[in-house]
Order: sequence, then C-alpha cells, then structure tokens
Amino acid sequence: MSTRAPWLAGLAALAALPWLSPSAYFLHIVILILIWGFIYTAWSLMGKFGLVSLGHGAFLGTGAYTAGLLWNFAGLTPWLGIPIGVALAVLIAVVIGYPCFRLKVVGHYFALVTLALAEVARLSIVAARDITGGSLGMTPNGVPTSSWIAIQFADKRYFYFLALGLWLFGLWVWRRVDTSMASAALEAISEDEGAAAAIGIHVTRQKLTVTIISAAMTALGGALYGQFVMYLNPDTLAGVGVSLQIVFAAIAGGMYSMLGPTVGAVLTIVLGEALRVWFGTTWIGAANTIYGILLVIFIIYMPRGIVGLVASRLPARLLPARRPAL
Amino acid sequence: MLEIDNLSAAYGSFQALFGINLRVDAGETVGVIGPNGAGKTTLMRVISGLLPGRAGKLAFEGRALTGVPAYRVVARGIAHVPENRRLFPKLTVEENLRIGAYMPQARKHFGERLAWVYELFPRLAERRTQLAGTMSGGEQQMCAIARALMSKPKLLLLDEPSAGLAPLVVQQVFDLVRKIRSEGFTVLIVEQNVQQLLELVDRAYLLEVGRIKLSGMAAELKANAFVRQAYLGL
Repeated sequence: MSTRAPWLAGLAALAALPWLSPSAYFLHIVILILIWGFIYTAWSLMGKFGLVSLGHGAFLGTGAYTAGLLWNFAGLTPWLGIPIGVALAVLIAVVIGYPCFRLKVVGHYFALVTLALAEVARLSIVAARDITGGSLGMTPNGVPTSSWIAIQFADKRYFYFLALGLWLFGLWVWRRVDTSMASAALEAISEDEGAAAAIGIHVTRQKLTVTIISAAMTALGGALYGQFVMYLNPDTLAGVGVSLQIVFAAIAGGMYSMLGPTVGAVLTIVLGEALRVWFGTTWIGAANTIYGILLVIFIIYMPRGIVGLVASRLPARLLPARRPAL
Repeated sequence: MLEIDNLSAAYGSFQALFGINLRVDAGETVGVIGPNGAGKTTLMRVISGLLPGRAGKLAFEGRALTGVPAYRVVARGIAHVPENRRLFPKLTVEENLRIGAYMPQARKHFGERLAWVYELFPRLAERRTQLAGTMSGGEQQMCAIARALMSKPKLLLLDEPSAGLAPLVVQQVFDLVRKIRSEGFTVLIVEQNVQQLLELVDRAYLLEVGRIKLSGMAAELKANAFVRQAYLGL
C-alpha cells in the first residue's frame, strides 16, 4: 500500500491535469512529453540490453507516414492505417534484425547498420516526393469537425488522454519485459552472448522479440505524433537527427529505470522549448549544440541517467526490489 | 549415451576436426586430452550445438543430435561449461544460477535445484549476493559448473576447468569434478592437465591436430610410452 499510494496520487493528478492546466500551450507540451516519453521508453527496451539502435527514426517515420498516406490517398481511417504502419515497422525490424542477430552483428556494428536504416528511411520519404511531399513534408487531410474516425480533434484534451493511455501502456510493457525471464536472458546476452547461448538461451529469438516490441511501439508513437501535430516531415520523423534525439533523451533520463526515458522527454522537450523561446530564430543551431554538450556531460558523469543517479542516492528501502525476476 | 561417429568440423576453410569417433556411456567420466589447437574446444562446441558439424553423426541417448541448435541441446540434457568459465561478471552468483535454470523445465524446479546446488557447493551459498566477476578464479569455476548443473543435465561438458588457475586451486577444481561424478553425472571433460585428468577419468581420448590419436582406459594411457613421454614428461 505504501508503495502504491504515490503512484495512485500521481495518476489522479495526471487525470485531472487538463482541467488544471493554465493554458493550451502547457497542455500541448505535456502531450508532446507523453508521446515522446512513450517513444523513448520503447527505445530503452533495446538500449538497456546493449542493443543500441541509432535507427529508430525509421520506425517512427514508417508508423506516421503509413497512417498519413493511407488516410490521404485511400481515405483509410487511422484506426486501420496505424496498425498497418506498425506491422510494416515490425517487418522492417525483422528484415534488419534477423540477419544482424543471426550473424552476430553487435555493438558498434549494429549501431552502424541501424544508423544507415534511419537514413534510408529519410531518403526514401524524400525521394517519393510525389506522394509524401518530400522534404517539405505533408499534412494529413483535415476534417471539418472533430472526428474519432479521423483521430482529429480540435480539443487537445482528447489527445491528452490518448497520449496518457499510450504512455501508461508503454510503462506497463516496460515493466512486463523487466520482470520477465526474457529480461534475465537479454541481460545475460548483453554480458556474454556466447555463454548465454551455451546455457540454452535462444539468442537470436530473444533479441528479435525485444526489437519487434520496441519497433512496434516506436511506430505507434510516431503515428500518434503525426495525428497530433498534423504535419509529417522526414527530418522530424525519420533520419539520423530524430534517431539521435531518441538516444540522447533516453540516456539522459536513464534507460535502466522505468521512468528514466520519460524524465528524458521532460528534459529535452522543456529545454528545446526554452531555447526556442529564448533564442528565437537568431541562433538556429543553439539547441543542438547545447544538446550535444549535455550528452557528453551525461555520459561522463551520469551514465545511468538522471533517474539512475537519483535512485543511487536514495536509501535502499525507498526503492522497489531490484529486478524481481532475478 | 553420447555417440560421435566420423565427425568433422571447420571454421570457414580451416578444418579443425577430422573423422572423430568418440563414445560416452551413462555414468562414465571420459576425458579428452591434447595440446593447444588440437580441436578439443571445437569438439565441445560441436556437441553443444554452438558450432555446426560439417560431416559425420552425433547422437545422444539414441537420438540424432546432428544440426540441433544449442538451445535445444540444453533441453535434451547436455550442459556445457565453456572454456574460461564465461560467467556473467556483473550479475550476482544467484542471478548467474537463475539464468542457468533458464530452460522452462528447469525453471519450474528452480527452488529445489538452487537448494541442491548450494548444498553441493556451500561456498556459493555464502557468496550468493556477490558479483560473479569479483570472485576468485576457483570460485568462478565452481559457479560456472553450478550454473550448468542448474539445468539438471544428464551429460556435463567441461571445457578446461583448470585453465588459468593456480596449482592448488586446480586440485580443488578436480575435487569438485570428483564430487559431481559421485553424484552420478556423466561427464565429458577436456583438459591440458593430463596427469591430473588421468587420475580422475575412466577413459580418455588423445586428440592431436584434429584427429583421435589414441584412446583407452585411463590406466592404459598412463602406461602408454608415447603419452608418458609427450604429455607426462616421464
């Protein structure tokens, strides 16, 4: 009970937030934090087991563009378009992941393969400019009034609860994976792949499973983001830039803790907004420069991220038992 | 129990094993001796499915084992303690043991297996919360063997358990193997420490550059003039 009370209080506060929110802008930022927090959580599912993907932008773009294009050109509701986008992202994850894991492409080499994937996705979107709008981006066709079928709402509160549900779902998946035997297996794999195989762990299957989960969630997050901002751009939804943004936020927040990636989302989005407001358009590169400097500082001084650092300073009794599965 | 018939294996174009014939009967402890690069570790890796054999047959308990992947081999009852122990250094002793019982059927009996392993190796019970990588070499070897036993194997493959250990500790590790043997496990053990090994095993094979050069009862090999000269330095 004592451990549940703060969670319930937090949930109640989150549920009441739209009515307490001082402005639409504030709510907008919170929605962005929830969506990106979900995406960063998805990335951490792989990252914390040493599967460092620099290509999650590809999954993000696949989810968002598939749903957007099917809506614009086939009139297909995002309720079907999004699952198709997620399925495509899973297909890409398998096509890239299976040979990598089978042929033991690990560490830096895996990161490089995924980095290339992100660029291939971005360039493909740009190249298909006749339908995707190329680097100018595209806008999903609007509907005159708020519509559940189109997942378009004038009132941000709808998106808020969709995003909140998605984010909670992400935390639930994170917890499920963390307390499963697969977590123990993946941890063993990340420490010594050969020894893990000798014990009877199906290395390829374990890695592929977590990759599929991560890719599917990322595509889902990307699609909801597209529905929310109503504008898809290859630079913000595919490519290396956004892929690295995901990595940075997850590492900074703490990819080994359930709430770490969300803290990363709060940090990056608030920082990004603050820099944008302060510098306006005068110092275009300032945000990226400051991100870069911060990333270096985080990796050197807080390798387990903000949440990891805070957790290590708290007395042990305040923390849940480490890894219940083990 | 384990029958190997005319087995060959290769790494790319480099052939490491040529037409190996080997047999391990239930309850036996069998050794494979030979110098560096003879193919001893390769043989272990082929048996446990980590490396596919190129030609020949493998059978375990009368059923074919050829081409069976590692995760199924463990389920069939063969546990492999790899060379250099290969513990998960940043996990605790107990976490290492937990992963040793990864296979579903072993997972169900995790509690009793753990109690049994701790009874067999009380030292590990004392160190259960210690990170495996911070233990001494002998203790790590003990942990590696215990981890393999967690899957309740019928056949235990030990790859150079004495490698890199101080002479006194080597003695302790061999005592451990004796203990496991007396528990009724069938053991196939690869070693460079020929003298110690021949004191332990029932039978042994001598492997040189990928071929079985000699085989026989431990006492026969100990008395063999070639073995005495080349491996025992007598």
